[in-house]
Amino acid sequence: MSAPHDLHEPSERLLRHDASPPEGDGRVREKDAGSVRSSATDATEDALSGPPARSGGRGFVPQRPPTPPGSLFAPGVDPDVVVAAEAHAAEAHATQAHGGEAHAGGTAARPRPTLEELKARKARTRGLLERNVDVMTVSMGPQHPSMHGVYRAELDLDGEVIVAVRPEIGNLHRGVEKLCEQRTYHQIIPLTDRLDYLSGFAMNHGFCEAAEKLMGLEVPPRARHIRTLSSELCRLANHIMWLGVHIMDLGTQTFFSICFRDREYVLDLFEMLTGARLTHSFARIGGVAKDLPDGFEERCRKVIDFLPKRVAEYERIVKHNRIYYKRAKNVGIFTSEDCYAWRVTGPPLRAAGIARDLRKDEPYAAYDEVDFEVAVEYNADVYDRFLVRMKEIRESCKIIRQCLDNLPPGPFLSRDMGHTLPVKRDVLQDSAAMIQDFYQVFRGPQVPKGEVYRATEAPKGEMGVYIRSEGAGTPARVRFSTPSFYHGQAVPALVEGEMVADMVAIFASVDVVLGDCDR
Amino acid sequence: MSDPVAQLIFLIVKAILMPVLIITFVAFVIYFERKFAGFFAGRVGPTYLGPWGSLQSFGDIIKLLSKEDVTPLRADKLVFKMAPYIAFIPVFAVIAVLPFGPVGGGPNLFGHRFDYVIANFDAGVVLLLAMGALSVYGVVLAGWSSNSNYSLLGGLRAGAQMISYELAMGFSVVGVVLMAGSLNFVDIVNGQAGNFWEWYFIPQVVGGLVFFIASIAELNRTPFDLAEAEQELVAGHLTEYSGMRWGMFYFAEYVNLVVISAIVSTLYFGGWRAPLTVLDFIPGPIWLFLKMIAFIFLYMWVRWTIIRYRYNQLMSIGWKVLLPLSLANLVVTAIVVSLQG
Repeated sequence: MSAPHDLHEPSERLLRHDASPPEGDGRVREKDAGSVRSSATDATEDALSGPPARSGGRGFVPQRPPTPPGSLFAPGVDPDVVVAAEAHAAEAHATQAHGGEAHAGGTAARPRPTLEELKARKARTRGLLERNVDVMTVSMGPQHPSMHGVYRAELDLDGEVIVAVRPEIGNLHRGVEKLCEQRTYHQIIPLTDRLDYLSGFAMNHGFCEAAEKLMGLEVPPRARHIRTLSSELCRLANHIMWLGVHIMDLGTQTFFSICFRDREYVLDLFEMLTGARLTHSFARIGGVAKDLPDGFEERCRKVIDFLPKRVAEYERIVKHNRIYYKRAKNVGIFTSEDCYAWRVTGPPLRAAGIARDLRKDEPYAAYDEVDFEVAVEYNADVYDRFLVRMKEIRESCKIIRQCLDNLPPGPFLSRDMGHTLPVKRDVLQDSAAMIQDFYQVFRGPQVPKGEVYRATEAPKGEMGVYIRSEGAGTPARVRFSTPSFYHGQAVPALVEGEMVADMVAIFASVDVVLGDCDR
Repeated sequence: MSDPVAQLIFLIVKAILMPVLIITFVAFVIYFERKFAGFFAGRVGPTYLGPWGSLQSFGDIIKLLSKEDVTPLRADKLVFKMAPYIAFIPVFAVIAVLPFGPVGGGPNLFGHRFDYVIANFDAGVVLLLAMGALSVYGVVLAGWSSNSNYSLLGGLRAGAQMISYELAMGFSVVGVVLMAGSLNFVDIVNGQAGNFWEWYFIPQVVGGLVFFIASIAELNRTPFDLAEAEQELVAGHLTEYSGMRWGMFYFAEYVNLVVISAIVSTLYFGGWRAPLTVLDFIPGPIWLFLKMIAFIFLYMWVRWTIIRYRYNQLMSIGWKVLLPLSLANLVVTAIVVSLQG
């Protein structure tokens, strides 16, 4: 199932030992980040036409959607989109086969709407939108019960209908990227799990993957499996909590506690594994901090046997709930085309029918050694995002089980003297390890000059890390391109024309965490 | 002691005792709500104050009374301060016409006749609907006078919602009124004399359901709690209220819950009557109390299980489903009643 991963993504382009990077990566990425704000404000005036489809930007290169019958890019669609899609056809062809495969598996019986149909549905919800009406401006957030942190949105309301949204972020800005410039690579790891604090390990993991690419460091197989396992545990914790919050935003507070109770099981596992429940800081450059503790495997198996049953129960409660169906179906439609334009990734993109999953498309850690399916749904609405996440919970359990089954023996941390911290036990007994420790702590790893961009599939979407090194133990520049930022900026395009009550539902459905967004 | 004097004394005692009992009961209903909410969610609910936390509401009242009473600077101060009372008083008025035991008959207490109703009032159902309509003013005025966008939205939602659901509610009650041939709650209960299959919930099953659903909207509880809608409007019309003024709204909501449960029991489930005539030896007030508790639990169950409707969905249910159903129920009931003579 794994696609050749050096063909289609700039994130794979490793620019180690190379002072002259080809166009793209860092610089364009910065530009993208700038244009993000302007396009977010533009969209308030012009929601329907959306932001221009970016064809040249390297920030996010859309994978060409698969073209089985019922393809999203049916003939006769908006020419702009075709151009955008064609521009990447050459790069994307490699994944097409895989995408088609994922389409063929999964949900064959369910009718798949074409892009045109989705657009028509979206236009129907936008039918309420009238221009030049008397609006009432409501400031939603940062102190609002369902703004998931300190997101603020200024809503222009015509009665109950949202005419325009002006999002405001930055209330939780902590300067993480700047802080990274003054720390060694090892010291950056604890900063990363403060990004998306609901899935801390996935953030650690993403950074370490990027740093290892930059250093050319090989990670031992056992460490790769432990990382895969922990990342999937993060996904479980994140999605279960997402479900609780999402249903709470729709009006039932009971579900929140029920989901939190189940998330506790996963957090307990993390506590056992890493000593922390949220901010794990468990990954290390070249591996993980500790081996699996005694009894972990047994307990983990219990949890992953138990959680799919829970998911079935959730689905019984939520999926077939008439009110949930009415509240979520055809609400907040965000087609694949919109996703490309706004760089929305992760479950919202997969709910729009694109089998884009970096775990498959650019396998990292041990994802190429485990068998799992990419969850894809086709209606691009809140309901399908829910379905995608529920499927992902099951797939995560499957991955964890395989990691436990096939856990290879060997070291859990690379023995590379130049880049990794030694195991603490050795430091106290072995002089070479002590020197290594001293060296690593005070000077940092020996990193060649160059820059790297590596994206991983965090629970909320693609989490990209860009590092530029000038050969010191600290990076010259680090940039995190985290999913919540892009999802948060897409909110105007998502909610305009919907009703106030849908604002919270849609906002929850794209899964934004402000620590991740503001950094 | 002559009979009119005795009746006057009874009346005063009832008029004082009933609100006091209801308020005390409401304090426990709030505790039950929190406890049940906890159980539904896999938590334990309040545990600290009193045995199993049962005195939690009294602690809350003391807390609310001691809190600062903030009035927003640009609020319409008079209306802002009046609104809680406007919401609070009408819900109590309905208590007066609800029978909680047998009315009329021979002397049963100290050689005098004791009616188990505060006011044997011929237009009880009209009073119920009128007071329900009045209490909306509290919410709407609160939303308007706070001078806050969220409050205004909440108030508007509440106004629109209650007007549309009151229609369905009114029409479904008319079915019962037709069957009983009276607007007096005492006569409505007397019309349901006998075993539980004589009660109106069987012939009036459609009307009963419509009434129950509309009453949820009337009570502002999920799935129709759009006026408050914590996740959307922060606290809707209550956003700017603090201290005991907020507490009065909160309290009025629960008094309303208790009263509406009593009304549902009275209209459709035989009021104070025992489900089987063999059980008549148990006094009527106890039966009414048990039925009320059952309905209160049902309302809580619904609230903590179901997701909130969206505004337009709420409206379409009210106008397109509940109103036609209640009208159809009314027409069918009218035909059947007139055929029976």
